Amino acid sequence: MSANNDSIQKTLIVAVLLCLVCAIIVAGAAVSLKPLQVANKVEDKKKNVLAAAGMLQPGVSVEEQFKKITTRIVNLEEGRFATEAELAEIKAAGLDPQKYDQRKASKTPELSKPLSGDEDPASIKRMEKYAEIYMIENNGEIEKIILPIHGYGLWSTLYGFIALKGDMDTIVGLGFYSHAETPGLGGEVDNPSWKAIWEGKEVYDDSGDVAIKVVKGPAEPGNPYQVDGLSGATLTSRGVSSLVRFWVGDRAFGSLLTKLKEQGA
Amino acid sequence: MSQIKTVLTEPLFSKNPIAVQILGICSALAVTTSLQVTLVMCLALTSVTALSNTGIALIRNHIPNNIRIIVQMTIIASLVIVVDQVLKAFAYEISKQLSVFVGLIITNCIVMGRAEAFAMKNGPVLSFFDGIGNGLGYSVVLITVAVIRELFGAGKLLGFEILPLVTDGGWYQSNGLLLLPPSAFFIIGGFIWVLRTWKKDQVEESEFKILPNTEHSGGH
Repeated sequence: MSANNDSIQKTLIVAVLLCLVCAIIVAGAAVSLKPLQVANKVEDKKKNVLAAAGMLQPGVSVEEQFKKITTRIVNLEEGRFATEAELAEIKAAGLDPQKYDQRKASKTPELSKPLSGDEDPASIKRMEKYAEIYMIENNGEIEKIILPIHGYGLWSTLYGFIALKGDMDTIVGLGFYSHAETPGLGGEVDNPSWKAIWEGKEVYDDSGDVAIKVVKGPAEPGNPYQVDGLSGATLTSRGVSSLVRFWVGDRAFGSLLTKLKEQGA
Repeated sequence: MSQIKTVLTEPLFSKNPIAVQILGICSALAVTTSLQVTLVMCLALTSVTALSNTGIALIRNHIPNNIRIIVQMTIIASLVIVVDQVLKAFAYEISKQLSVFVGLIITNCIVMGRAEAFAMKNGPVLSFFDGIGNGLGYSVVLITVAVIRELFGAGKLLGFEILPLVTDGGWYQSNGLLLLPPSAFFIIGGFIWVLRTWKKDQVEESEFKILPNTEHSGGH
């Protein structure tokens, strides 16, 4: 039997059959478990929004906690909330504005535009026209605003949120929910003590320019615009720095934040 | 029946895959900082080893010798993907913490080692239990390491506070080294030492003899 096993014919038959069976098993598992995985991802995103705002309470259902949060779609170019016509445009492009998938939007030609060279410090290549933001309102005033951010680190695109106070300047928190940086080095962006450094830092300097920065090594003590770099992760730190600066800058949320601040004042 | 018992219990201490064969060390270093993650990893590895052993044993008489390693790898890789998908669906938080290490079960030498050394020569039932046994052997070491690392490194077990930390107003000064990968080396080393003191037959013969120090009155 074993001599027969080694014939070319048998080898090919075994290889093909094995691949078929394995492919069916893998595909079956991936397809049947997809809905559960998607639901997990949605909940995880909400959890991260709450965590960035420093509001995540363990033991309370995420859905329940998320009720306090208003979700709005923002026109990034104009720096204002999207109009009905614009929401219809999103719908026409095949996305649901109620469950806006920004990552998908950045790949949809009608809803995004390419960025080149200097315009693109965060290396995101395409920028979406609309973004989904989250707000916590109190008596008509914005208490906290949570913005989605993403950009390239060393190996991967980091996706996360940054939360600002109602003054549209002071950072409440920052967190990434999806990345593939080296665990232990760049992966330390998830380290709670590093994330805690961001709290209370200021995004803009007195003249309104973007000043926040991740520096190499330790930050100057008392400097409200500097955050310690991660040791052993220079490129990831640089990536985080550029992506935060890009998203709070004029090409992204900058104009919206300025408008909201003026209205609030 | 007695054979099943042997293949189940032998890998626990007498033929432990980590301590005696020194296989599968890489994940033992990486995932043992918290007990909860470790338990899931052990469960994942045990099920993959058991199922891949069974699958390979079932078709062992039809596997052409020259592609046998590829066949084993394909079966193992498929099972690992399935396990990864299941974790993402039912234990999302833990699957995020385990990140790449679930995928790395594919390259875990224990799985491959048992497939090649045992499942290729034995029936599916016995191979299944051999997989379970070796998975348990791996688990014994990992759980020991994880208990020590989480308890003395973070003062907790399964996330519950056991030793109140100084930083939280308690009395226990945590040992930060235990949360870093090298500590797992020391603990596994200690585990092997204790095991070999207990089971003397595991001590390997020295490859060479160290000669006694001889005194020379005159040097060169």
